[in-house]
Amino acid sequence: MSTDPPPVDPPPAGEDAPPARRRDLPAALLIGVLTLLLGFAFTVQVRNSDDEQALAGAREEDLVRIVDEVSSRGVRLREQIADQRSALRQLTSSDSETASALEEAGTRAAALGVLNGTAPAVGPGLRMTVRDPDDELRVTDLIDVIQELRGAGAETMQFDGVRVGLSTAVTGAPGSLLIDGRPITAPYEVLVLGSPQDLETALNIPGGVVQHVGSRGGSVTIEQVTELLVDALRPLPEAQYAAPDDED
Amino acid sequence: MIPILGLVAGVLLGLLLDPTVPLGLQPYLPIAVVAALDAVFGGFRARLDGIFDAKVFVISFVSNVVVAALIVFLGDQLGVGAQLSTAVVVVLGIRIFGNAAAIRRHIFRA
Repeated sequence: MSTDPPPVDPPPAGEDAPPARRRDLPAALLIGVLTLLLGFAFTVQVRNSDDEQALAGAREEDLVRIVDEVSSRGVRLREQIADQRSALRQLTSSDSETASALEEAGTRAAALGVLNGTAPAVGPGLRMTVRDPDDELRVTDLIDVIQELRGAGAETMQFDGVRVGLSTAVTGAPGSLLIDGRPITAPYEVLVLGSPQDLETALNIPGGVVQHVGSRGGSVTIEQVTELLVDALRPLPEAQYAAPDDED
Repeated sequence: MIPILGLVAGVLLGLLLDPTVPLGLQPYLPIAVVAALDAVFGGFRARLDGIFDAKVFVISFVSNVVVAALIVFLGDQLGVGAQLSTAVVVVLGIRIFGNAAAIRRHIFRA
């Protein structure tokens, strides 16, 4: 406070103005350097106080509180990260579950389509030709043929261009038989998918289909085929009363 | 003229170099700047009074800075650094205001 002298103190020096005016070089240099330092320090301090001074000037309790807040915030954020990670894990695992479920549903749909006759099927089997020159074969005879083939392990078949499914019905009178309402004419061409040997054996047993058709004046030719295409399709039956039970 | 040139050059240097203040100097730099500002205002007032002396200016400048920094340093050692730097800033601010008032009277005659 009593440092005020700088302006007031030097009246003696200020009295003779000439010496003060023609300030010698070292003094001028010193003043220049000092003011330069002042300007430099001033700018640096201004620049510096923008960011760090807020914390540097804070009291200890404030700093402790700030550190507390920051660390609790860190804990919260870390919990959030853990939550998000587990959610991500669940989502990815359920995603792969969905993919495998979809794949299984696809294979099931394909198998059901083959059984139901809504999808074309290919594989080894028999091509049979049933001749009925005297129009003697009746509905029950054709049903016998179908049942015999099914019993021998036929997986799917088509009868004269009509796919045979679960609800297939044979109707009509001898000579003008209908399968599922569609007329068929002799000779009937039957395509069956299944083990060719088993099917042929089943057809040829004594009292079986071949003998029975023969007793009615007809004949059956059987040909084993390794690659047979069953491509007649049935419309997808729509369940009117039964609904699928989801609890699988 | 020289002080103004020096100030401008210093500000430009500070802007260009943009250095970071060493941690140990951080509490002292603002105080030192305020003390130097006080010396500069005093010198300007002396100049207007026609009693400016380069030697007195240099010595008051340096001693102001050193004493202010020393006070804050002492305060830090005693655990009252923040309060003492506030005190120094207040005192220097009062002196700057006084000098500014004198300068104002010189320039505006009011």
